[in-house]
Amino acid sequence: MNKGVKTCLWAAWIVLAAVAAYGLGERAVAGKELANYGSYVPWGLWVSTYIYFIGLSAGAFLLSSMVYVFGVKSLARVGRLALFTAAVTLGMALFSIWMDLGHMWRAYEVLTRPNFHSMMAWMVWLYTGYFLLILAELWFELRCDLATRAAAGGALAPLYRLLSLGWTCPTDAAELQACHQQSLRVLRRLGALGIPLAIAFHGGVGALFATLSARPYWHSGLFPILFLTGALVSGGALLLCLVSLLGAGGSEREQKELRVFLARLVLVLLVFDVILEWAEVSIPLWYGVGSEVGLWKEILFGHYGYVFWVFHLGLGVVVPLALLLKGQASRFATGLAGLLVATTFLAVRLNIVIPPQTEPHLRGLAEAYSDARLRFEYVPSLFEWAVVAAVVAAGMAVFWLGLRLLPLLNGEGPEEDAAQTVSSEPVAVAASSESAGDAAEREGSAEPSDPDAPPAIQASPA
Amino acid sequence: MEQAGASLGKPRDTKGGRATRRELFARALAAAGGLSALALTREGLAKEPAILDRPDDWAPGNALERMRRDLERALAKPMEKRKWVMVIDLEKCIGCKACTVSCVAENNLPPGVVYRPVVEEERGEFPHVRKRFIPRPCMHCDNPPCTPVCPVGATWKRPDGIVAVDYDACIGCRYCLSACPYNARTADFGEFYTEGLAEGSEAFAGPRASGYETRPSFEYGKEWRRTPGSHASPMGNARKCQFCLHRIENHLLPACVTTCLGGATYFGDFNDPESLVHELVGSSRMMRLKEELGTEPSVFYLA
Ligand code: SF4
Ligand code: SF4
Repeated sequence: MNKGVKTCLWAAWIVLAAVAAYGLGERAVAGKELANYGSYVPWGLWVSTYIYFIGLSAGAFLLSSMVYVFGVKSLARVGRLALFTAAVTLGMALFSIWMDLGHMWRAYEVLTRPNFHSMMAWMVWLYTGYFLLILAELWFELRCDLATRAAAGGALAPLYRLLSLGWTCPTDAAELQACHQQSLRVLRRLGALGIPLAIAFHGGVGALFATLSARPYWHSGLFPILFLTGALVSGGALLLCLVSLLGAGGSEREQKELRVFLARLVLVLLVFDVILEWAEVSIPLWYGVGSEVGLWKEILFGHYGYVFWVFHLGLGVVVPLALLLKGQASRFATGLAGLLVATTFLAVRLNIVIPPQTEPHLRGLAEAYSDARLRFEYVPSLFEWAVVAAVVAAGMAVFWLGLRLLPLLNGEGPEEDAAQTVSSEPVAVAASSESAGDAAEREGSAEPSDPDAPPAIQASPA
Repeated sequence: MEQAGASLGKPRDTKGGRATRRELFARALAAAGGLSALALTREGLAKEPAILDRPDDWAPGNALERMRRDLERALAKPMEKRKWVMVIDLEKCIGCKACTVSCVAENNLPPGVVYRPVVEEERGEFPHVRKRFIPRPCMHCDNPPCTPVCPVGATWKRPDGIVAVDYDACIGCRYCLSACPYNARTADFGEFYTEGLAEGSEAFAGPRASGYETRPSFEYGKEWRRTPGSHASPMGNARKCQFCLHRIENHLLPACVTTCLGGATYFGDFNDPESLVHELVGSSRMMRLKEELGTEPSVFYLA
């Protein structure tokens, strides 16, 4: 990462943290008084950011499964990063929705007294399983590195010992090899378990909305599919952005291959997503009659039409498509395209959550009783954005800590082997028994990564 | 000419014309008086009891009396044998919103929480315009879309038909608000009418002095106190009309029924064929809101 980008990120984080302090303080003292949503638009920005972050998580996780389960070689280097990104964004999603609860300290009730008729209860249970699964995958992926670091001593050794759960890495080459193979097997199984889980919970988030018969706009069988595609697009784009920004270990050629692969993947997913969206928009609008026409007209040409045209279609589809089609080779272009798709996906989420709630179920209800909470309009307040800033700042901080403390970018773990194992079993042994010198040479040619990073996670063998 | 005049009748003088109209008026009055006098005789009552049992012929006070008797009969039965329903006669509703206000007072509702708004509907074009007023309590749907969505099972349909919320369990996710097709649930955001007003502020001196906002409400038979600065239930919860369950169980009709100026709101046990509501639901004017959704509301309208 170059110095300029780094300074910008730090500056952004400091601003976000300052805004976050205000948001969290206000949330703690005054509750949700300054939030602009109410009883007729009961779900606002925080529900939108929740489905946005959960989408990023599911997308990143499904991409990690491509490494561990399907052994997609081109993605091998992002396995750890994808898993860690999935964990962090899941945390951000849960933080968002936790802020949204009227009784935050009762959230545990979903585990202690669940009602399994409710899609929301299912979600929470599935997230819990998913979170444990990510932790387990990360542990198997990193355990050798963590144990090595714990053994190496130093100030952080106790932390690594804790993270490795006291596990010690065999020193004997053959045992080490067997240990790697075991990790691979476990990761493949966990990843395979994770795929239906990720599909279930993110399709389930779509179903959480789609099962509500009260709102025809949400009540669509396409919704779960749309959510899954959206997850893959936005999660893939986030990884593309991260990989372009941070590199992912390996030679320049390998990194470029990875970027091009991810860029193509995002491109295809983006096009597929647009096709689905076209179906969603064009079918209710085609003849200009029906209950959803007014709502779609409002989304497209109403007050907040710019959310669709500028943020979603312009910055989230057209510009990234152009960048991905023309500039796959350029690290800047792929990074920017990834960033644009990943961030502007919030516009898609907002357009899913907010507009259908602005239509009264009974005409005249808005005028029947006057109160700021009984309006069929909604624009997030500054306070709400401040809480989102807190979620983002927390996510960035955890991500930064992860990058500094965990070996997420250098492909020393078994994921490299994983890809090779599946691509051709015999090669796997050869590849994993590669001499240390070869590995060092390969690492040495990697892009210089974070100069401030502690030596343990420096890509260079120095 | 005279003959012709006689055969054609005398040309009417103004005086004679006036006399005729006065006569007609007097006859009409006498006839009406006679009819009503007849109707009020004991024989009249004995002959046509069914007609007099029609709520239209009852003064609102009498309908209340009958509903009270219905209530007593229902309360004498086990809870699962009752089915509470409400009937609202839209022809009688005058749009005064007394029910809305009495409900706010009964349940000590804070800003932004309302259980029974009265929706106004304008029909026709000038000069042929009519207004219709549609009070909208919770429909206490027999097939409620709001209960299965609750992640913690904090809201459910009781055997007596009332859709209840357990304020102590509700986590305030507002999924049920999103699921209700009548916008009948509101969330308590923990606000107060008198909050932020300078001490002694004229406009709110009354409510503050009387402690209106901090007085307890007795929904679901428990005592709920809202205190500024605390986030205790019912603050942070989903709230809705509960047919004044706490009143019913104390042998009182719901607040909106007893305060309805137009005598337009009826309440009772639908499982009792003798009840007034049972009779009214059988009307050809009966309709329910959004019947097509299959929610099977327990609130019936006479349109
Ligand atoms: S009207 Fe709404 S809140 Fe009341 S029972 Fe029906 S769905 Fe539930
Ligand atoms: S707001 Fe309360 S009652 Fe409604 S679904 Fe959520 S937990 Fe259940």
